[in-house]
Amino acid sequence: MSKRTLNILLPAITGALFVAIWYAVRFSMSEEMRFLLPTPGEIIASFQANGTELGRAALNTAEGALLGFLFATLVSSAFALALSVSSLVRISFYPYLMMLQMIPVIIFAPILVLWVGPGLKSVVVITFLICFFPLVVNTTQGLVSTDRNLVELFRMYRASRPQEIFLLRAPAALPYFFTGLRIAATLAPIGALVGDYTAGSSAGDGGGLGFQAIIYSSQAKYPALFATAAVTCVLGFVFVALVLSLSWLSLHHWHDSYERTDN
Amino acid sequence: MPAVVQLEDIHKTYDSGEVQVHAVRGVSLTLNSGDFMAIMGASGSGKSTLMNTLGCLDRPTRGRYLLDGVDVSGLDRNELADLRNEKLGFVFQGFNLLSRTTALENVELPMLYGRQRASGRDLQTRAEHCLQIVGLADRADHFPSQLSGGQQQRVAIARALVNNPQVLLADEPTGNLDSKTAVEVMGVFQKLNDQGITIVMVTHELDIARFCKRNLIMRDGRVVSDITVADRLFADAELQRLRDAEAAAKLTD
Ligand SMILES: Nc1ncnc2c1ncn2[C@@H]1O[C@H](COP(=O)(O)OP(=O)(O)O)[C@@H](O)[C@H]1O
Ligand SMILES: [Mg+2]
Repeated sequence: MSKRTLNILLPAITGALFVAIWYAVRFSMSEEMRFLLPTPGEIIASFQANGTELGRAALNTAEGALLGFLFATLVSSAFALALSVSSLVRISFYPYLMMLQMIPVIIFAPILVLWVGPGLKSVVVITFLICFFPLVVNTTQGLVSTDRNLVELFRMYRASRPQEIFLLRAPAALPYFFTGLRIAATLAPIGALVGDYTAGSSAGDGGGLGFQAIIYSSQAKYPALFATAAVTCVLGFVFVALVLSLSWLSLHHWHDSYERTDN
Repeated sequence: MPAVVQLEDIHKTYDSGEVQVHAVRGVSLTLNSGDFMAIMGASGSGKSTLMNTLGCLDRPTRGRYLLDGVDVSGLDRNELADLRNEKLGFVFQGFNLLSRTTALENVELPMLYGRQRASGRDLQTRAEHCLQIVGLADRADHFPSQLSGGQQQRVAIARALVNNPQVLLADEPTGNLDSKTAVEVMGVFQKLNDQGITIVMVTHELDIARFCKRNLIMRDGRVVSDITVADRLFADAELQRLRDAEAAAKLTD
């Protein structure tokens, strides 16, 4: 059997098994408890019932996630450049970056709502906070771990400091940057969801997936809650897939982590 | 014939904290145009330090260094760097190529900086010409990861050639290569030397040193022997011999 067939067949088998167990668990439950675990069929049905609502919520969350993610990427890159200038700058800022990372955003959320207002703005800020740390740490690491020999080579050729940064350090930091970006891409939809859950609102834009989750659970619409989870899952996949393709596009022809092409 | 390089009683002392390391202790040396010298000696004998002095990468503690008639000690940092980029080309053990740029762009690199800055067209023509010299014209758009070690070192040699240097300095250029590839690289050096470029290289392999014209042996920062190679090897003949041996091995299998 070809590798390609196996790649499709094996996950299909595990998937089928998983659904079988799901049904088995469901039917072993007593009648009055079954509402806790809706069947896949019920979840699909709730997609049909709440499709437009979920779609709109997903777009709202995606917008918050994307904006927060983009801001975090921009600001963290600038920040990493500044941090890479000297170890003194790094020493001065690292403890506070760590702190920023340690503080759970949930605690900030109520204050943020007061500062910037509920809805998209808060969601963007919370996503930003969650994505920022892995980005800044990885990019800085990349910028400072340039091959010493190459740095000396550039200095030997009398390259200017900006040339050194933009022709040598920044490109060499790209693999690190993309590592950070991959982590941030998995965090961004979750961040937006958490942001929306704690600071989202139906004001104007109708809220995102987090806000929908609150509504569905208060209405005891459990199949819809599962459908919301599935949509979040898809959103996460889309984000990671985007970053992976971007990473492939910019790295594949020169970086060792991608298979060498011809010779 | 005027000396390209003239060292007179060069000393170099490294002052790292409490201990002083006297790495080079009075080396005098003359290199004429067309010389091809291998510097040999045990690890720590001062070969790299001497090369760094020759390359104007480091100033001697004492002594006089004339590069193409110019007394180097009188120059400030910028003048030194200009002189270096004009007269010298460097090849390193670890190739030191930029991995996300093509072979051609790597060769163009020295021309992007300092006073050597050339116009885009001229730059590319010269880089292509240098790749042709090392036999890699058809690999111009390859990335280093798509080239073998020997090919990467040849790209690095092309890069060293791009400013038309009089002297090529190479610190263990074959140190990371297998023996056959090393011979190929020595073939490139011999070809360049035939065209009049003066070459100084460090190696600890006797076989490799025999491809040069002159062997200098250092011990504890001093020159203990400076001889003309009597039974010189030629890369073309050696490669042919290796090919024959390979073919013979295949026949007997
Ligand atoms: N930058 C440096 N600072 C202090 N000591 C050095 C430095 N570079 C070389 N040395 C010392 O100088 C001596 C000669 O080193 P080197 O020229 O690198 O020898 P080789 O290249 O022959 O192995 C060694 O003892 C080495 O430890
Ligand atoms: Mg050495």
